[in-house]
Amino acid sequence: MLYVVLSLFVLACFAPLVHRTFGRHSGNVLAVLPAVLFAYFISYLPLVSQGELITQRWLWFPGMNIHLSFLLDGLSVLFALLITGIGTFILLYANRYLAGHRALGRFFLFLLIFMGAMLGLVLSDNLITLFVFWELTTVSSFMLIGFNHEEAESRQKAHQGLMVTVIGGLALMTGFIMLGFAAGSYELSDILQQELTEHALYLPMLILILLGAFTKSAQTPFHFWLPNAMAAPTPVSAYLHSATMVKAGIYLLARLQPTLGDSAAWMLTLSAVGAVTMLTGIVLASRATGVKKVLAYSTVMALGTLTMLLGLGTEKAALAAVTFLLAHALYKGALFMIAGILDHEAGVKDFLKASGLRHKMPKTCAVAIIAALSLAGVIPLFGFVAKELLLEAVLNGSHWQIPLIIATVIANIFVVLVAALLAIKPWFGASLPTPKAAHDPGIAMLLGPTVLATLSLLFGLFPFIADKWLLQAAAKAVYGGDITTYLALWHGVNLPLLLSITSLTFGLLLYSQWARWRKLTQGLDRLSFLGPEALYNKMMAGLVAFAAWQTNVLQNGYLRNYLLTTIATMLLLVGWAMLRLDNFHLNLNFQDVKIQEATVFLILLVTILSAVLVKSFLAALALLGALGFGVALIYVFFSAVDVGITQVLVETITVLLLVLVLYRLPEFRKLSSNANRARDAIIAISSGVMITLLILLVTSARSMEGIASYFIEKSVPEGFGRNVVNVILVDFRALDTLGEIFVLALVAIGIYAMVHLRTGSKPVTNADKRLTSELKIAATSKGDAQ
Amino acid sequence: MSRQFNMRSLILSTGTTIVLPLLLLFSLFLLLRGHNEPGGGFIGGLVAAAAIALKLFADDYPSAKSLLRVHPLQIVGVGLAIAALSSLPSLFVGENFFTAQWWTLYLPIFGPLKLSTPLFFDIGVYLCVIGTVLTATFTLVEAEH
Repeated sequence: MLYVVLSLFVLACFAPLVHRTFGRHSGNVLAVLPAVLFAYFISYLPLVSQGELITQRWLWFPGMNIHLSFLLDGLSVLFALLITGIGTFILLYANRYLAGHRALGRFFLFLLIFMGAMLGLVLSDNLITLFVFWELTTVSSFMLIGFNHEEAESRQKAHQGLMVTVIGGLALMTGFIMLGFAAGSYELSDILQQELTEHALYLPMLILILLGAFTKSAQTPFHFWLPNAMAAPTPVSAYLHSATMVKAGIYLLARLQPTLGDSAAWMLTLSAVGAVTMLTGIVLASRATGVKKVLAYSTVMALGTLTMLLGLGTEKAALAAVTFLLAHALYKGALFMIAGILDHEAGVKDFLKASGLRHKMPKTCAVAIIAALSLAGVIPLFGFVAKELLLEAVLNGSHWQIPLIIATVIANIFVVLVAALLAIKPWFGASLPTPKAAHDPGIAMLLGPTVLATLSLLFGLFPFIADKWLLQAAAKAVYGGDITTYLALWHGVNLPLLLSITSLTFGLLLYSQWARWRKLTQGLDRLSFLGPEALYNKMMAGLVAFAAWQTNVLQNGYLRNYLLTTIATMLLLVGWAMLRLDNFHLNLNFQDVKIQEATVFLILLVTILSAVLVKSFLAALALLGALGFGVALIYVFFSAVDVGITQVLVETITVLLLVLVLYRLPEFRKLSSNANRARDAIIAISSGVMITLLILLVTSARSMEGIASYFIEKSVPEGFGRNVVNVILVDFRALDTLGEIFVLALVAIGIYAMVHLRTGSKPVTNADKRLTSELKIAATSKGDAQ
Repeated sequence: MSRQFNMRSLILSTGTTIVLPLLLLFSLFLLLRGHNEPGGGFIGGLVAAAAIALKLFADDYPSAKSLLRVHPLQIVGVGLAIAALSSLPSLFVGENFFTAQWWTLYLPIFGPLKLSTPLFFDIGVYLCVIGTVLTATFTLVEAEH
């Protein structure tokens, strides 16, 4: 499975190249891989649907119990099929939807990275690996939401989504570490064998993990980022923000339910948050008029419903959750793609401007109606099966049956309104003029929604297919035990059916009064200053203001102040620690000092003093260079030839760089007062003394055998190299070096950006606000130019 | 070109033409021998970067830039990619991430040639260092335009 996940990342790297080679067919070419992977996961179904659990493991950082380990069971295979299956259609769809866009190659790159990350997330067996993929989905979705990065709004929304999910991710990481600690293993397959609700760390880790899952899956009060993420191109919304990424949080909750789920804290939190999210989402959806906005809010509702179901903790609820999840992915993916078609082929983005398109777009209309009927939960579509199960699960829940069933029925009434909007509003009634000449799209864009809608119908008529092959095993993974309920289309006339019919009737009634309903609730807009988004904006504004304040205080643009602050801080902290040491004794031994060492030392001393005292930049520079060469000599004396050579070369390059900027400095003048100079001298000398003492102290107080002898001993037999320094750099501690060269690269980009993007004389704070966005634009447009 | 480069020295310019290829060869030499003798990617990279910077001082910015053909930031990117990719081969033989892999090729005339992931990693470091130093240098020169 490692190769499966990696193959997507590798393909992602080649996406721009594929785009250049195949031009307008590139999306179709790229779609082959997810299609193959879909078939690959299908081939596992016979095994997995028997309840088999397949694990594979590659070592990654075995010393830290971090492995590239993967786990395939009913739940992960369900997600993997959704990711690869819908992903295939999305690639075909995007290829047509964004045809001719100049950055299409980059779009495919991010989309495939996202696909790989999402697949890795649902297949990971190791918590840390899962977290890495989790963050990768955040980053790639940031790039996708902000794909139209020339628009300020798009950047801002992308930023918002990133901030909310990253904060959650941080909490999640801490929660995972606690979970791993409590379970004694980072492998999910081990963790799921245990029940940790009694553990001392249970509550803190639950809070942190829930925070991560709730932010990712847009639960109230974090729901605001999801509708805002609709700034992304529609294929992205259809894929990330309905079918896959937002379900990552749900996946996590479902995955951990057997271990963490059996407690009042879990059940009540999830039910409450889920129900509130469900109502918030659907009420907001009923008031929006933009096609994508309505869909986005109804996705929030679906995510709330799933969370609520996972909070019930019963066997029926587990089955209802996975069924609802599959049904939702099928119809919502289709509906989002239809929204994109409306925009692309008719120029319609708003329900108020769409009417009577059924003659011009008959095929799209038919598909939209099927998908919307599934959303409304009308028999015989799969949405009906899911809704019946949902109502039944809530009715037979372990707690709060009455309030939850009321919330569910109210939500369902509004869902019917939304479904009616999608199934009726754009297609029937008087024909309105559209910005573009409306027509059905080609097969590429219609294929995805058609297949998804057909599956909704197929699974609705024959629910046992989905049940047997997918949902039983998935529900078993969620519930942590065998499932004895089976899916059926017709359960006879019972309470869920009656509730279903009630919500259908009231929903249609509400649809006829839609305009009045929106007018009635207009007053709510005035309350938006109390909402979580306003709070978020206030917090961000506060953060920026604080950053500006501390930047003005600490980073005032004078190098001398930076140096002073840094050195003085170090002096205070280290000096304080040294003063508190109990056994402060030094082993000083001057007997084996050689004559050449003493000479170099004297030369260095003279050089330093002259460098401080000379009255010319060039002379000071030359003296500093000499100082560096002297230090290099000392390295050579102590047989660190590599370090010596490096020192010489770095000195050379430093001088070269300084020469380039030297003549830009003002002429040499004495600017600071004598008092200041005395202060600087005291700080400089005391820090020098302190460092010397520190080094002497460390070398004489070493209690453990150094690691140096180990490296020297192992260099030739294990690293096959006689140059120990180099073997350490490129073999023993190669990961450190990798980190260092990444820093080097960042420095290079930083220098480049700083010099090329100077904002002139504008104040620092204003520059700060724009810095991020400008850097991004510059980097990408430079990339394009080359 | 800005004022301090106007005084072009014929001696330096001619000397550079001869020394430059030698310096670049030397940097490769340092890079390749690094595993057993003093040297390695970092040192080699610094020498190569210094050599190109010498060209910059001896002739002018366009000629130094054309010597490189690509933007130095691209060199950084390629270097990073090579270094990062060299961590992966061990995964395919079932060993830990970043475990060094050694292969010996037997060439007809040159005899056995030892290749290893640390070598590729070092090449990545080499390119990164060249790219970073030259980005800094070139950027500072460009700032004068």
